[in-house]
Formats: sequence, structure tokens, C-alpha cells
Amino acid sequence: MHMADALLSPAVGGTFWAATAGATAWCAKKVQRELDDRKVPLMGVLGAFVFAAQMINFTLPGTGSSGHIGGGMLLAILLGPHAAFLTIASVLVVQALFFADGGLLALGCNIFNLGFFPCFLAYPLLYKPLAGSGQNHKRIVAGALLAAIVGLQLGAVAVVAETVLSGISALPLQPFLWAMLPIHLAIGLVEGVITATVVLFVRQARPEILDCAAGGWAPGARPIAKVLTALAVAAMLTGGVFSWFASALPDGLEWSIEQASGKGEPVAPTEGIHGLFAGVQEKIALLPGYAFRTGDQQAVGETVAHQAGPTAWPAVDPGTSVAGLVGGGLTLLLTIGLALLFRKRRAIA
Amino acid sequence: MSPPLIEVRDLAHAYPDGTEALRGISLHIRAGEAVAVVGANGAGKSTLLLHLNGSLIPQHGTVRIADFQVAKAALPDIRRTVGMVFQDPDDQLFMPTVAEDVAFGPLNLKLPLAEVERRVASALEQVGAAHLRDRPPYKLSGGEKRLAAIATVLAMEPAILVMDEPSSSLDPRARRTLTALLAGFGHTTIIATHDLDLVLDLCPRTIVLRQGQVAADGPTGEIFADNRLLAACHLEPPLRLQACPVCGGGSGWLPQRGKRI
Amino acid sequence: MSAIESASFDLHRLDRLAACDSAVHRLDPRVKVLITLAFLVCVVSFDKYAIAGLLPFALFLTLIIGLAGIPSGFILNRLLLAAPLALLIGLFNPVYDHQPLMRLGTLAIAGGWLSLLSLMLRFCLTVGVVLALIATTGFNAVCRALEQLGMPSVLAVQLLLLYRYLFVLVEEGLRLNRARALRSFQGRGLGIRACGFLLGSLLLRTLDRSQRIHLAMRCRGFDGTIRTRNPLRLNGRDVLILAIALAALLAMRVFDGPLLLGRFVTGLLAS
Repeated sequence: MHMADALLSPAVGGTFWAATAGATAWCAKKVQRELDDRKVPLMGVLGAFVFAAQMINFTLPGTGSSGHIGGGMLLAILLGPHAAFLTIASVLVVQALFFADGGLLALGCNIFNLGFFPCFLAYPLLYKPLAGSGQNHKRIVAGALLAAIVGLQLGAVAVVAETVLSGISALPLQPFLWAMLPIHLAIGLVEGVITATVVLFVRQARPEILDCAAGGWAPGARPIAKVLTALAVAAMLTGGVFSWFASALPDGLEWSIEQASGKGEPVAPTEGIHGLFAGVQEKIALLPGYAFRTGDQQAVGETVAHQAGPTAWPAVDPGTSVAGLVGGGLTLLLTIGLALLFRKRRAIA
Repeated sequence: MSPPLIEVRDLAHAYPDGTEALRGISLHIRAGEAVAVVGANGAGKSTLLLHLNGSLIPQHGTVRIADFQVAKAALPDIRRTVGMVFQDPDDQLFMPTVAEDVAFGPLNLKLPLAEVERRVASALEQVGAAHLRDRPPYKLSGGEKRLAAIATVLAMEPAILVMDEPSSSLDPRARRTLTALLAGFGHTTIIATHDLDLVLDLCPRTIVLRQGQVAADGPTGEIFADNRLLAACHLEPPLRLQACPVCGGGSGWLPQRGKRI
Repeated sequence: MSAIESASFDLHRLDRLAACDSAVHRLDPRVKVLITLAFLVCVVSFDKYAIAGLLPFALFLTLIIGLAGIPSGFILNRLLLAAPLALLIGLFNPVYDHQPLMRLGTLAIAGGWLSLLSLMLRFCLTVGVVLALIATTGFNAVCRALEQLGMPSVLAVQLLLLYRYLFVLVEEGLRLNRARALRSFQGRGLGIRACGFLLGSLLLRTLDRSQRIHLAMRCRGFDGTIRTRNPLRLNGRDVLILAIALAALLAMRVFDGPLLLGRFVTGLLAS
């Protein structure tokens, strides 16, 4: 999933922009230093290839729904991590500008989520050691599968993290994660299979491409210990992100404590995605009374009050509400009027 | 007689997968000549062309362009002398607009900006594509793309033009425009093509390749009259020289650059 | 499939719009990129319940779109296409947030509904302004602007090449897709394996193309850096417009215009 500008707070967006800008500059330097000018057109057309490849859908067995390749892991395998990162970044820029996928501020997040994890964690720590020198087909499949899954899971965790930290969406950490992780597990599985199929096809047809493509990154198999280390690092990272959130957001922490101790209110509406949907009907109420605030809601309410700060609507002040409504309505009318005016002018011209 | 501008001696080339694309080719081309290179698919045309601008370095034998022997050290000079027009203009037009694409080569020659501008304008003028200047390549028709691709090469002001299938995938009108344009050039021209009618119009001399060797090299008229040779090389006489199925006659032809021989 | 074809159509449409001429089109691309960024930062920096405060930004955007002569239907259409995802996430706000934050007479409105409305408004503004940027500037000019604003040139070249070959490869992808669809029956031939081979052959062709492009570049003296001719030049008018726009955005962010206006009007009515 792409992060959208509308879900971001400036602090989160800015932080990831900075991180991504740094990574991009570093990759640009690396690629320039490689002095392989074949990569200039290669990266360009492979970026375009990702778009073309996304047009070729396939039917998912059993479900009847269709999917397409994301392409991040494939780019990493074909280009090596640094060039792949830049290529993924360029793909996301085009998606943000033309297809309203993500946004300019969310670019930092999206490049990080979809570029950093596959290129700098999943590829070097999982795919490379597992696939080895690429002679063994089973190892290629295993490497592509695992790398795609882990890369996408980390990306999904990051999306949840960014959304929850931004606080524009009221979605609590736990159910959001419960929704995102299984979906991205499925997406990662499919991505891994299709990536492996394409890599095997290329290996069979033109083996030299894979050998030269990943140049600049030390080839050769790594011992199994390194694979385990890699998995451990990924796990720790995920765990770290989890606990960071849990502590940053009281409701998430409360939830896990309740779970761990087996106590707490049994009607916790955040109990998995199931409970979440079950509670939707009851909770979409225009007029929730004050008495509604119990337990979980209280925590949410507190975070809200905390985040809203002094610039928010000053609590419930009817006078302000009316003035705000009247002024807002007038501004809206003005906007629509202006739009109609321009429309008329265009029609005349 | 002037010394040959292009001299290929005993050139052989094998690709990494073992295919022997060229097996001992020798030929001379003089300044101002327009020469067609014809042959079946896989006869070695493209491989030969790639040697002429140093995209491939001779594995065996030598290629000499003007004063330079084709080798790594001489590549910049050779690429300035030999302009190559690729078969697919989409491969050649990679910049955002036609003008920027035409400027790509001159900028790489590190010419002053004013000179770059002059070359862009004059190259586009020569191919009659000045109006395409600011258009992005993906919005051009097939014929316009071809003209733009030729302009990108002309802007380098090469002495020799090498073209790979210049008339492929052009509609008849665009093809005619191209023929007229190429007939007006004074460059030494080498055209690899399957379009033998184009050869009739443009090239007084034809070299026939077969399985990596020169099967024939001579005046176009003589070669196209030799039906046995053409058949052996998987070729057919140009349509204009074949008997018309409707009226039964074949029309004559006039090589427009014949006087240069 | 049809969605994809329409996406590629949109690409051409945006490109055509960018080739139009208006006061907004003529502005220096850097000025437009900076105004867009400032606009985005202002919009997302409002707190999650802000609605009225966002409306002046809608006015600002409408003004720009109107001045540039971009058909509003086109922008609305794109917004509608992209909206479901934001709506999906936003719909959870009323589910989780019941804190009454606003009262109209006896009617109390929960924060969740306000923040949902705010989120959708943000979505329209952030997506709309980016579409307006690209529709008045064109991709290549945006790239050049970003490069001059400090984006690494490797990435700028990458973006230009990607955009150039997007049109070529998307055509190829569509052709492959059509050819496969014509020979697939009852879902046979549309599975992952067939797709993998299709992608594999498209990839091989793409790699060959990259080799040919590289050759074409080398033939014209390419040495690893791509040089361009005319760097952008700022003129006084551009700088002035940039300053005015930034000041306006800042003012809209700092002062809650609609609230002031509303107070003024309700004050008049009350007196």
C-alpha cells in the first residue's frame, strides 16, 4: 500500500523525506562511482518496464481475483541494490505525479517502504545468501520468496507505523497491523513466486544478464549463519518498531497488556479485525453520548486531546462552531463560485 | 583516385555463443560513394555495420576509417567521423524533446552552446523537421521519428552515414520523403537493407553478404540482374525489375547518384 | 485492463495539458514546485479535525486550476478514481473516535466524523495540487526543476529516461496483454506461470533495448553524464509571484480565515 499525503503529519513526512533523500544521495554517488554507463539506459528502461509489467495481470489460483508484479525485488536482483533503489524511487515519483498514488510529501515514506527494505535488507541479507551463485533453481525460488515476503512485511509495518504516528487516521495500531500483515503476506507470496518465475526464465534464456547485472555487489554464497543473522536482524527490527509504537501509543500497549494477562474487558472492540467490523455498525453513531467514553475510548480520546493541542476547535463551544460553520460555508461557496466562473469563461473561450 | 575512406580487411567476428557472424570480409569504400549492403537475415549485415563505428572492435582483421584504425583508443575520432542511424528510432531518440536529442551529440563533443544551437537548427532544417523541434519523441509518427533520428546523427557532422534498415516500418509516403532526402545528401553512405527498391533509388553499388562472407560486390544493376546469385542469397529482384503480373512488363530505373561512380 | 488503458490515456492527456499556454504554465517550474511543496506542508500541518481552515486552500487551488485553464472535470475525475483508498482508511475515524467536538444546537458531532471529513479534504487538496503541478508544468520540466533544486542528477536522468520509455514499453505491455487475452479461454493461460513467461520475454526485450540505447548513446559521444543545454533562468516576475504565493499560503495557514469571516458575519447578524 502506498502512503498518501492526506494521512501524513509533517513531522513523519519530513523525517522520512530526510531519510530517503540521504539514501538517494548515497545511492546516486555509489552508482556514479561504479562508472558503468550501461546502467544509465538500463535503469531507465527497467523503470518503464515495471509499469509495463504491472499491466500484465494474472489470475490468482482459487480466488478468481487478479494481481500483478510490484517489481521491487526483481529490480534489486537485476540491478543490484543501489541502482535498484534509484529506479524504484523514480517509479514512485512517476506514480505520485501522474497516478495520484501516494503524493509528494508521502514520497519519502513510500520510497523508504518500497525501496529501502527490499534493496538494503531483503536483497543482501536474504536473497543473496539463499540464492547464492544462482546455479540452483530451488535456492533462487526460496530466496525470491523469502526476500519478497520479508521486504513487503517490513514495508507494511512501516506504513502502519507512519500512519499511526501521524495520527490523522484514528486507526489504532493493533487492528491496522492485523489487517495489513496478512494481506501483505499474501501479496509477498505472489510477488515472490512471480519474481522467481521471471528470474528463472531469464536465467534459462540469457544467463549472462544476471551475472553482469548485479555487478558491484560481492557475489558468491554466504554461509547459513549469515542468513540466520539476517533473519534475526529483520525480526529485531520488526520487534523494535512494534514495541516503539506500543510505548508511543497507550491504546496499543494497553491492548497487548490485556492480551498478555488475559484480563481486561471482554468486549474490547479492538479484538482483531473481526471484532473491529462487528463493532462498526454500533459505533457509527452521529450522537454518541458522553457516557460512551469508557476504557479504550478514553485512551483514544486522551491521545486525541493531546494531539489536537491548542489550535484545535476549542472543545465544544457552540459559538465558535457556528462561526466556523458560517465562515466555512461562505469560503466553500466562494470556491464553487470561482470554479463555475472559470468554467463559464472556458466555455466562452 | 583518392585513397579509400573505409577499408575493411579480412574481418571476422564470432559472438560469445559461438555464432560466426563474419568470416573474412574485405572491402573498400571511397569518399562520396553510396553503397548498399544486402543479404538474408543473419548474413552478417548488422555485425559489419557495428564494426564501422567501433561499436564492435575487430577480433580478427582490421577496419580503417579515414586515418584511424578501429580500436579502443581511436573511438572518439571514429564516432565523430561515422554517424550511425539505428533501425528502431525509439532506441535513438532517448531525450525528452527532439531538439534536446539532436543536441545530445554536439553537447558531448563539448562544443560551445552557440555552435550547438546552430547545429541543432541546421540538422533539423536538413531533414525538414524544424517544426518538430520541441515535440517529445513519443508523439511523432514513424516517418517523423526516422527524420529526427537522422537529424541527431547529422548534428554530429559526420563524413560517413551508416544506416540500418532506414525504410523499415515506414508508410509509402514517408518512405518517398526519406528516399528524396537521402538522395540529396553528399555523405559517403552505407545502407544495410532488405528494401532493394530503395537500393535501386540510392545506391549505385551493392555488396551482397552471405553467411558472413562477401558473395558479390559490384554495380547494383548487374547484381540485381543476376537471378541465380540473388536466389542463392535468399533475395529477390526489386519489384520494379520484376515482370508486372498485370501488364507483363518491368519498368526501367535510373540510379540517381550513378554519375558518382 | 480498461483501467490500465485509461491510465495510459491519462498520461497523454496530462502531457497535452502541460503543452497548453497560460500565465501559470509560463511560470518557472521551480517556482511551481516550491509553491506546491509549501501548499502541501501547510495542508498536512493542520490538526486532524481542521475543516474550515482547509477551505481557503481549496479556494487557492481552484484559482490556480482556473487560471491555468485545466478542465476541472479532469481533476475531479482523477480524484474520484484515487479516493476509495483514502476513504477506506478514513472511515475508521468515526469508528474509533466518538469524542464530541462540535455542537450545533442540541446536535453533537463526534470527532471521528470531523476528522474523516478533514482527511478527505486533505486528500483532495494534496492530490489536486500535484495534478495541477504536472498538468501545468509537464514531467520533464518538473524533473529539471527538481534537479536544480538539488535532486541528484543520476536520479533526474533516470526519471527522464523512464518517462521517455514509459510510452514505448506500456505500448508493448498492452500488445502482449491483448495477444494473450485473445488466446486465453475460461481463465486458462492467465495464471502466474504464463504471466511469468510473458514478463520474462518482455524483460529480455527490454534488456536488449537498453543495450541498443546504450549503443546509440555511445555513438554520439556519451561518457556517463547527460548534458543539457539551457538551464532555467528565474526572472523578476517569477520571484515576485513566488513571494506572493508563499505569503498567501502562510497567511492562510496562520489565520483561520473562515472563522474570522464567520465571526464577522454572525456578529453583523447578531447586532
